[in-house]
Amino acid sequence: MTTRYMFLLFGDETAMSDVTPEQWEQMMKAHDAWGHAVADAGATIVSGEALAPSSTATTVRKGGAAPVVTDGPFAETKEALGGYYVLDCTDLDQALALAHTCPIDVVEVRPVIPT
Amino acid sequence: MPASEVVAAVERAHREEWGRVLASVARVLDGDLATAEECTQEAFVAALTSWEADGVPARPGAWLTTTARRRAIDLVRRQVALRARYPDLVRDEAVEAGDDEEDAVAVDDRLRLVFTCCHPALAPESRTALTLRMVCGLTTDEIARAFLVPEPTLAARITRAKKKIAAAGIPYRVPSRDDLAERLDGVLTVVHLVFTAGYAAPGPDLVRADLVERALDLGRVLAVLMPDEPEVLGLLALLELTDARRAARVDAEGELVLLEEQDRSLWDAAAIARGEALLGRAMNLLGAEHSAGRFLLQAAVAGLHDEAPTFADTDWAAIGLLYDRLLDVWPSPVVAVNRAVAVAFAAGPEHGLAALDAVAADPGLRGWHYLPAARADLLRRLGRDDEAAAEYRAALALVSDGAERAYLRRRLAELGA
Repeated sequence: MTTRYMFLLFGDETAMSDVTPEQWEQMMKAHDAWGHAVADAGATIVSGEALAPSSTATTVRKGGAAPVVTDGPFAETKEALGGYYVLDCTDLDQALALAHTCPIDVVEVRPVIPT
Repeated sequence: MPASEVVAAVERAHREEWGRVLASVARVLDGDLATAEECTQEAFVAALTSWEADGVPARPGAWLTTTARRRAIDLVRRQVALRARYPDLVRDEAVEAGDDEEDAVAVDDRLRLVFTCCHPALAPESRTALTLRMVCGLTTDEIARAFLVPEPTLAARITRAKKKIAAAGIPYRVPSRDDLAERLDGVLTVVHLVFTAGYAAPGPDLVRADLVERALDLGRVLAVLMPDEPEVLGLLALLELTDARRAARVDAEGELVLLEEQDRSLWDAAAIARGEALLGRAMNLLGAEHSAGRFLLQAAVAGLHDEAPTFADTDWAAIGLLYDRLLDVWPSPVVAVNRAVAVAFAAGPEHGLAALDAVAADPGLRGWHYLPAARADLLRRLGRDDEAAAEYRAALALVSDGAERAYLRRRLAELGA
């Protein structure tokens, strides 16, 4: 029996904006290596994507007279949401251990509500 | 058997067996603490009527465990949702608490419970509340009064923590070898917090005095369950060596008595002996696999204080060295301030002041009255009265505890300020 978690990955975007092709290559390699570590631990990556920078985001907010569309992400934070993974893990301890080694500054580990 | 004796027997069993019973049922329910708590509570209620009719059982713990487990299995059978989660339980024969199985497995069960309640995914104040409720069996009202928090707030905190454990998938087990040191530090921190909450509350408040006993109980259980962990023995040593001084800490008027002025004949020699023995055992365990951790080092400092026949005989140089090592493993500005005080006694107030200045700007010390109080004391010893008075006032502005305020005002009065 496993529990499904989403890993929300947050990083400093200013560092990302000047990244060279070589550095991008390095990052992809690191994520690839991490994927192998996940499999070695007996967990599964269900899905995962890198997201385009938060400056490319558009936010639609309801609740007023009419929905409001704004340029930019929902929350302007120092560390911006840069990607996600969905994993099946045995328990939170395994998820946290994998989050420790995930190549990103900040990981939020959130359980997915089972259907 | 008279009803009052039955009640007394159930209360004693509650004190001694609650954690063990809950932990055992929780294992059977694969970590569902909420249901385990319910079943355990019901077993104790059942004991009140059963023991009056049939007499107090020879092994109350086994009776309670069996009863609570039976209740758990009943619940699982009747609730379809639970049945789907625990299909094996419906056929479970191992309801009866057998002798050997009980002892062997019970050791792990309480450890599982304590490590789960102290999981890093739970907020620190939640860990303390949950541990006191689940492991020690304190009521939410008792815990709320102990920590000066409204009861509904405390109850909500515990409910949220139980929900988090279930929703986030916090496993019900003892951590792996790799995680053990870090997770153990979390557990020992909770026990120490319970102790200081009780210890720092002098006077007749029985709930808070009981916290000291609870902390000692927890420390002793951990020392039995993990006898080869120097930090566990170190924590219990620290509690014993600190509690040994309790009778001398407050005078007849409820005023705080500094270590410098305490009547050492009031110190509990038996507690000191126990503490020293634990310290010795812990130090013998140090080697390649274990280096001295922060609880062992703090215990060693407490031991040096307790060994000194008078304040003047205190081996401050050795205490200073211990604080150097403590700062290495625990780089906290609070530790640095305590170290500076030791330096002052070993090498003179000017050196202490220099050590304090080196760390004074740390934002972690903001709002902590002990920093200006320590500086005030050193300035006073150097005869710099005006500066000392200013620092005592700064300290007073930061502290609300009655006994501490009285002490600071007394020092101010002595300076004629």
